[in-house]
Amino acid sequence: MTPEKETKTPKSKFTADRGWPGAFEGETVTRRHFMTGVALGAGGIASAMFALPALGFALGPIFEKTEHRSLLDVGAVEDFPADTYTPQVVTTVAGIGEVGKILLYIRKNDNPTPEQSWPFVAISNRCAHLGCPVRYIEAAKSFICPCHGGTYGFEGEVTGGPPVRPLDRFETYVENGRVFVGERFSVNSQLERVPTRDPGAHVDGFWQVLYPPRPTT
Amino acid sequence: MPKMPKPSNPLHKKVSDLPKPPMPPLPPSLRPNPKPKERSEVTVGEAAAAGGTSVVAWIDERTSGSGFLRGFLFRKVPKGVNWWYTLGSATMFAFIAQAFTGVFLAMYYDPNPTVAYESMRHINNEVFLGEFVHGMHKWGATVMTVLLFVHMARTFVFGAYKYPRELNWVVGVLLLMMTMMMGFTGYLLPFDQRSFWATIVGVNLNGTGPMIGPYLADFLRGGAEFGSTTLPRFYAIHMMLVPGLIAALIGIHLYLVAKLGTTAPPWVKAEIPGQDEKRV
Repeated sequence: MTPEKETKTPKSKFTADRGWPGAFEGETVTRRHFMTGVALGAGGIASAMFALPALGFALGPIFEKTEHRSLLDVGAVEDFPADTYTPQVVTTVAGIGEVGKILLYIRKNDNPTPEQSWPFVAISNRCAHLGCPVRYIEAAKSFICPCHGGTYGFEGEVTGGPPVRPLDRFETYVENGRVFVGERFSVNSQLERVPTRDPGAHVDGFWQVLYPPRPTT
Repeated sequence: MPKMPKPSNPLHKKVSDLPKPPMPPLPPSLRPNPKPKERSEVTVGEAAAAGGTSVVAWIDERTSGSGFLRGFLFRKVPKGVNWWYTLGSATMFAFIAQAFTGVFLAMYYDPNPTVAYESMRHINNEVFLGEFVHGMHKWGATVMTVLLFVHMARTFVFGAYKYPRELNWVVGVLLLMMTMMMGFTGYLLPFDQRSFWATIVGVNLNGTGPMIGPYLADFLRGGAEFGSTTLPRFYAIHMMLVPGLIAALIGIHLYLVAKLGTTAPPWVKAEIPGQDEKRV
């Protein structure tokens, strides 16, 4: 037996026709529903008015363009021979004491290539694994990281341990017999300049896709 | 025609006819007073106790708090509960101790990178009991983390995460994450060599996450480099953002514990199947 076919009338859009409590003639929304919506909307707008600026305030530094600081004087040209690295402490962020200082290992660039045409090689001591301070060992002509055993060769290229890319470098300039350093940049395994990345970020092959550089650099 | 009285339904008893329920296991001071004494017999101590009772009664009349407290503090627990069931409370007590000592450390601490280490040296060497309060906060952090993991292991081994308590497990995992975040942000604050380099490594570990990692590291540092904003940022997260979240999550966690009841240990069987009224 087939069930009797019910005749379906389309539901009315008026609250009164649908028999809702609180219905008024000619209204499509009950006043209670309307006021609920108004209260939620007003509360949402009020919350968003303080929450969105506060969130932007906290997240802003991610998208902030790093200020290009002026060049830093690191010493006279004669101070940095080509056959070994000379350590030099420079202040990159002023006003915060020891935290704002970094150590650079500098030598004269006796073999400029199209990729590395800077007059001096200035290698950052920030390990490319997780940011510990590496130290240049003259006897081994290597940079050694104390934290997790990363080792780098004379050019800062990875020779062992967990680092994912060579040590970062800095731009160098010479003026009036003085050596100046500019911006930090990262290098890939061919020692070609790439946008600056944090320690631990890959810059070679497929993996570099997973570690985007800062949006503004 | 006079209305006939309805035949009495055995299910519709008057409240006064019902058997009196047993007294809840209240401590003696909260039990109702049996009989007031003559005024001349009342001692000063008793009068003071009566005054205290009337203050409590005044508050209770306006809040109905006693019903909630009785249900919360004197709720039924299954047979077989043991010392392993106190680990959650112990973890919460450790959190309260951390909040308390943390507030007093904040009175002397200065989250400015140039003077943070000096202010910690001042707390440890010059402030009365400063080293002790700092030590309680430092070791209390470890105690809280260890208790939290043992509590979590107890819940897992006893199967207490199963239906209907899955959501409480989820809330507990959020509490674990918040506690880890407290440990991470608090480690930087003494601002000595160890905490500085540990934070450098920790932030860069966050940076190794694919796609989102570099942004996460920038958010934590407040920029591309460890700068003047990093330490205040860690301090604000450590003392305001995360503790508030932990307190709110503990509230949800406890509400669910009280609402769903405690699980019996897995080796406890209902004595008479089908007739056991205990919530096991």
